[in-house]
Amino acid sequence: MQLTAENLAIGYDARVIIKDLNFTVSAGDYLCIVEENGAGKSTLIKTLLGLLPPIGGSVVYGDGLKKNEIGYLPQQTEVQKDFPASVREIVLSGCQGHKGLNPFYSKADKQTAAQNMEKMGISTLARRCYRELSGGQQQRVLLARALCATQKVLLLDEPTAGLDPKVTAEMYGLIETLNRTDGITVIMISHDIQAAVRYATHILHIGNQVFFGTKNDYLAGDVGKGFVLAEGGGRA
Amino acid sequence: MNVFQILSANFAYPFVRYALITGVLIALCSSLLGVTLVLKRFSFIGDGLSHVAFGAIAIASVLKITNDMPLVLAVTILCAVLLLRTGQHAKIKGDAIIAMISVGALAIGYLIMNKFSTSSNLSGDVCSTLFGSTSILTLTKTDVVLSIVLSVVVTAAFVLFYNKIFAVTFDEDFAKATGTKAGIYNLIIAVIIAVIIVLAMNLVGSLLISALVIFPALSAMRMFKSFRSVTICSAVFSVVCAVLGILISIVDGTPVGSTIVAVDIVGFLTALCIGKLKGAKAK
Repeated sequence: MQLTAENLAIGYDARVIIKDLNFTVSAGDYLCIVEENGAGKSTLIKTLLGLLPPIGGSVVYGDGLKKNEIGYLPQQTEVQKDFPASVREIVLSGCQGHKGLNPFYSKADKQTAAQNMEKMGISTLARRCYRELSGGQQQRVLLARALCATQKVLLLDEPTAGLDPKVTAEMYGLIETLNRTDGITVIMISHDIQAAVRYATHILHIGNQVFFGTKNDYLAGDVGKGFVLAEGGGRA
Repeated sequence: MNVFQILSANFAYPFVRYALITGVLIALCSSLLGVTLVLKRFSFIGDGLSHVAFGAIAIASVLKITNDMPLVLAVTILCAVLLLRTGQHAKIKGDAIIAMISVGALAIGYLIMNKFSTSSNLSGDVCSTLFGSTSILTLTKTDVVLSIVLSVVVTAAFVLFYNKIFAVTFDEDFAKATGTKAGIYNLIIAVIIAVIIVLAMNLVGSLLISALVIFPALSAMRMFKSFRSVTICSAVFSVVCAVLGILISIVDGTPVGSTIVAVDIVGFLTALCIGKLKGAKAK
């Protein structure tokens, strides 16, 4: 198990938002976390990343995974929208976590950055300014940065928010390749229940009801059935 | 006498040379962290801290401490650390706290100076602390040496932590999650800001410091697109404006601080136009 949550209770300032969470993530899994009515996904993300301490229970990292080895694809912040930085600079900053006190990037770091830009198909954009890119291109940049930080687990926070259908499909394809071909564990927070049940191997459903299990169990059970129908029906 | 004769006559005096050297160094240092401050929405911290420094100077002058720089430096660094800490925990109240501390320090500082000062020219003292009207020309050799040392330290720290400062500025959560000790680097940023503020008080006085920090960064951000080019451009911009401002003030007898800021404003407007032109060309 790379990640095990046991009786996890999460929240801010001792105020519990979700409790009794139990789930596990193994190497190579594709876990989708779907939430009902704003059940507290950002709190869950911060807890998994180790930015917030759990209120109760525990998150245990295992299978050679350390706390700092989760690559994170955040949602865009206000600051980043006006940030003067080239694509290369941002991707390279993904290597920063390993550097410790070492002030400068090594040749190997630069190579890693170049490889990940290549992988994400953004090598030609290396010298472009981040804020002038399209939404889909920006997500690729941040994904390349996350890959510089880790080759083990990616935690994606609504990676397709605000993208048009074509770019959304490309993004899901890219993530699927990383999961299937490179064997990177994917934990994805998503509003898009259709994509979740299409790509994921496991589902964690949080909200009024909590469910964790494989996708097939989810679709067969009451929690999943009701939710997929309600969401899918509403959209189609 | 023409302009060059006036200048060469003035540069015969050591204090004018000191002023130019320290002016250039201060301008360089203050521009380095400008980009980070603007992007982190910390522009007002510089303003708040400079008022704290004013309060500290007032206390130092009442206590009759001849070399007030160490005391002022200590107080300002302490406040910088406190401000950044509170800013992290209570996000909504951050700017209110800064406003409170800055106005409070300004008021108390003036009160103390008024009540206890033995100086015969009180309003002159206050004015020069606030606007730095003459203090750059009255620097002693110790001040100059201290300024040079601090500038070198600030610049070296910035170069050494450049990549880390970038990572923490661009995306603090990501940096923390992947193992960068963001808290420590925020602390380092706070300390560097405090040092810069105390240095810059000599040049432009406490009310005009923010200009020295913000204008170069904003101007560079209009014209350049990568973090490195923006940083380099804002350093060059700041130094050029400071030199021009000091020279103009020598020739024309205007107050140094406000002349430099005026040149900064002209520079910013120019940068704005260049940025617009570049943008139009690109399209």
